[in-house]
Amino acid sequence: MGKKVLLIEDEPNIIEAVSFILSRDGWEVKTHSNGHDAMEVVRLRAPDLIILDAMLPGKSGFDILTEIRSDAAVGETPVLMLTARGQSKDREMAERAGVSQYMTKPFSNADVLAAVRALVTP
Amino acid sequence: MIGTRIRERRVLGGIRQSDLARQAGISPSYLNLIEHNKRRIGGKTLLKLAEVLNVEPALLSEGAEATLIAGLREAAGEQDDIGAEVSRIEEFAGRFPGWAKLLADLYRRTESLESTIETLTDRLAHDPYLADSLHEVISAVTAIRATSSILVETEALEPEWQNRFHRNINEDSSRLTEGAQSLVRYLEGAPNTDAEIKSPQDEMHAFLAERGFHVPELERDMAGPRDIARLIEGEGAELSSPAQSLARDALLRYLADARSLPLEPLLGWIKSVGLHPDRLAQASGVDLATLFRRLAALPEDAVGPVGLVICDASGSLVFRKPFEGFAMPRIAGACTLWPLFQVLAQPQSPLRMRLKQVGRGTDTVEALAVSAPVTAPSFARPALMQAHMLLLPDRPEAADAPMREVGVNCRICSLADCPARREPSIISDGF
Repeated sequence: MGKKVLLIEDEPNIIEAVSFILSRDGWEVKTHSNGHDAMEVVRLRAPDLIILDAMLPGKSGFDILTEIRSDAAVGETPVLMLTARGQSKDREMAERAGVSQYMTKPFSNADVLAAVRALVTP
Repeated sequence: MIGTRIRERRVLGGIRQSDLARQAGISPSYLNLIEHNKRRIGGKTLLKLAEVLNVEPALLSEGAEATLIAGLREAAGEQDDIGAEVSRIEEFAGRFPGWAKLLADLYRRTESLESTIETLTDRLAHDPYLADSLHEVISAVTAIRATSSILVETEALEPEWQNRFHRNINEDSSRLTEGAQSLVRYLEGAPNTDAEIKSPQDEMHAFLAERGFHVPELERDMAGPRDIARLIEGEGAELSSPAQSLARDALLRYLADARSLPLEPLLGWIKSVGLHPDRLAQASGVDLATLFRRLAALPEDAVGPVGLVICDASGSLVFRKPFEGFAMPRIAGACTLWPLFQVLAQPQSPLRMRLKQVGRGTDTVEALAVSAPVTAPSFARPALMQAHMLLLPDRPEAADAPMREVGVNCRICSLADCPARREPSIISDGF
């Protein structure tokens, strides 16, 4: 069984595409599509990596990231944040919240795969 | 200064000082003193000098218009690091009226352009419709790019996956088309940038002002949110999306106030006890803030002029019903001495004062202020406060209220030694 990636994203076709490329690369992918209870899912799944969309229904990715970083059990988990906003202030906000890597949409599949491989030590 | 203008006109006309003095029937040394502003002149001497110089006497006596001087003062205040000789503004405007007008006009134009840029930036950054539309477009593009890459780059992709991804691309391209068309429609429908650009708050206030801040549609017994939707839709072509949202909130509050204190009983109480907020609040059983909003929403022919300002805890003015004789800034920067801000620190303790705004004649107004929470407090977030200040014409009944001199905002206030001053006034050396 490969390492676990939790993809928190609300666009169904982006979920399907990213899940496909990661699964084909040997990762075990779990998905979740809203911000309300994302933190519960993170604790429950205890993934090796989280791919987190910045704009989610219910709660923003920035708030979820802050909660992850202040949680003793999952606080060290690498987080790759995906966002449609490439403004420097959003990047700064993500960095302040403790993002491991920040990627703006639209991204290339190769870049996502490379980031995931780099963020999770085998 | 008159002397400077006489000298300027004489030099322009190529007339020697001694010739002018002779023709005007005064000594050259006296004219010299006049031209150096060391002697005041008027009456016959001024008329004679104007006649000889072939100009209207008013051109010599009145000099550059007051608005020109005010414009130059503002320009000098904005760029005070340059060290413009503010004390010689009148001399400058008198000697070089054309250049002075050009400078003042350029300053006004710069101010107007800065305001336009600020409004457009604010609109782009905070327009929820634009943000949603762009997010939708980028999401669709992201999905199409990721999916099409899989189709191109994955060798021997199973037919069921191929079909699935083709279907996804088809769906996303439809979404993208709709999103792009919607954006184009929105941008084509955006206000003409050459026209006057208003902030959403300005639009909302203009919407209410057009109705005299009184909305009969919401005064009926059966009035409800549908009436609000109709009012907003009726203005749909006029109001921007953010302004519609602000107008909706303002009308929802109006509706709730009208339900708490309907028009007919309120007019009845005013008839019996007069325009006394204390007595009206007691008779009607509503809190003072609600009463203030209702009084400000009455037709002016029923109760006369009533002004109202509401601010939040940051001091930003969120509602302004204008009142003649009492100027208000648009959003922020109002004079800290207004009782409106004093009551923020003393919730539920109303204040009544007579106010005189510096530099606006001798008119006084009666101001009644109170602050109260507008949301319930919780452990997660404190109650949000708003302060209300009702403005009424100064009445004999208010004669016992303390009088206070206040300004509009520091920048254009000449109140000397004001402890509340945040920044130097551009008219500190007097009007």
